[in-house]
Amino acid sequence: MAPAIVAEAVVNGLLTGAVYALVALGLTLIYGVLHIINFAHGALLTCAMFAVWALDAAFGLDPYVAIIVLVPCAFGLGYALQRYIIGPASRGRDGNVLLVTLGLAIVIQNGLLAVFHADTRSLARDSAFDVVAVGPMLLSTPRLVGSVVAIVVAVLLWLLLTRTDTGRAIRAVAREELGARLAGIDVRHIYAVTFGLGTACLAIAAGLLMPSYTVNPRTGEAFVLVAFTAVVLGGMGSIPGAVLGALLIGTVESLSGLFLGDSLGQVGIFLLFILVLLVRPAGLFGARA
Amino acid sequence: MKWVVAALAVVPLVASSNTLLNFGVTVLIVALAAQGWNVIGGLAGQLSFGHAAFYGVGAYTAALLQLRFGWNAYAAAGAGIVAGAALGAAIGALVFRAGLRGSYFALVTLAFAEVLRILANASPGTGGAAGLLLPLDAQPSNFQFASRVAFYAVALAYVAAALAITHAITRSRFGAQLAAVRENEDAARALGIDALRVKVQAMTLSAAITAAAGVLYLQFYLYIDSGIAFGPAVSVTALLAPVIGGVGTVFGPLVGALALEGLGTVTRIVGGSRAGVDQVLFGILLIAAIAFMPGGLVGRLSRR
Repeated sequence: MAPAIVAEAVVNGLLTGAVYALVALGLTLIYGVLHIINFAHGALLTCAMFAVWALDAAFGLDPYVAIIVLVPCAFGLGYALQRYIIGPASRGRDGNVLLVTLGLAIVIQNGLLAVFHADTRSLARDSAFDVVAVGPMLLSTPRLVGSVVAIVVAVLLWLLLTRTDTGRAIRAVAREELGARLAGIDVRHIYAVTFGLGTACLAIAAGLLMPSYTVNPRTGEAFVLVAFTAVVLGGMGSIPGAVLGALLIGTVESLSGLFLGDSLGQVGIFLLFILVLLVRPAGLFGARA
Repeated sequence: MKWVVAALAVVPLVASSNTLLNFGVTVLIVALAAQGWNVIGGLAGQLSFGHAAFYGVGAYTAALLQLRFGWNAYAAAGAGIVAGAALGAAIGALVFRAGLRGSYFALVTLAFAEVLRILANASPGTGGAAGLLLPLDAQPSNFQFASRVAFYAVALAYVAAALAITHAITRSRFGAQLAAVRENEDAARALGIDALRVKVQAMTLSAAITAAAGVLYLQFYLYIDSGIAFGPAVSVTALLAPVIGGVGTVFGPLVGALALEGLGTVTRIVGGSRAGVDQVLFGILLIAAIAFMPGGLVGRLSRR
């Protein structure tokens, strides 16, 4: 196979991986602070993608502009979900959190199914097929934009966590909940803020995905499993790990699609996921469990 | 609680309508799958999100042995249950040996079920996306019955057997060991309990019972495909019924299955056939059950 084709597959994989990274960032942030796996992550992503679609269909709003509208909404939704539903309903027990977020996922996914039916929808814009030539390679413009924005968001999130008071509070709660509480931090508020930030990442991801992807009520499932795998690969709770894991998965998926065909690509991700959990549950880059 | 079984046993005597019997059989199949889940999820406290793997392997094994190798239906059903148990033992040994619990266990079981679903859907040997259809030949020697009452009785016998097994476990040393592992695995191990062994045993039994539910589904509807057998909906239902009925209790899965299917049927009658509405209610019910009803319906009833 010509090296140019392989190189193009690698670069395209990295571009896709950058958007996966945004989904994975939300997941790993919530895990790192709340120590819970948010099963509703995929359903919330689907919800955000439908919101992008609906804003385009109703008002002709550009998906990139829609991000600006949706990020505060998603933050508020995530904040409210954690503060008023997940937190109180699960009373701090991990098994309960898992089941409550599963319940939320069922409600959101099937609510979308009831409203929008099972049809697959896409934005009717020609820009979905735009390409730019970079050297000998042709790269999809929406994915190039998506990956650049994704990296900017990852850096902003990193700055937020390391340079602001809220970020310091989030890290304090993640490290030592009781100590943070004693230092006067409102832990329930920080939990909800973290969940809101994780959900806001999904709104950005949705705006970046919609120009080149389609959406139906089950779309989020596929992305979120990829994101779970990325997060586990990078070490649960680690932000750089999630980004690296997602880039790796994007590349593996692109290359296996090139060499094995599309239908086996998905099985490959699940098998990779199982294998990593069984062999290195702390992740490829994680030092300890 | 015994009245639940007694009431289910007299259903065919008072109701000859096929609609009611179909409803009853569906409840019993869901209850059986849920009873299987309850062994590992309730008694041993390991929340599985992928019990569809066992349900599907039971159903597919039984179907393929009958269709491709001409096995007798009962032998094929037995093999389906054994195959489910073997898969449960294998997954349990791999996953518990790697020390996965809690959320990790939930995720990895989900991934196993999804791998099987994709493989069953893609491989021509399993009928691919078209699924598998058993030829209709309604004779008792074939595990097919002309009357729904007979099938109802068979399904009820399976559920009763699973109830008896669960009841026996809760009274046994094995049950006490499972409870110890569920409440505090490190402490259980310090007391000399071989946590790995009891968890793998629980997983094997759990998988066998859920595989039996898959076999019953196949013999009742005579058709399966990858979504019916391995789909996430199966895993969710197997988990939802015990959570709503009462996790880790003997009768919880049955009561939960009755409540869920009852609610689902009422929703479909009242709300029409719009897809998703009944599932939205199930999701709300799941959250409400965890928030307000930690012991499930059984806990609520027996506290009176």
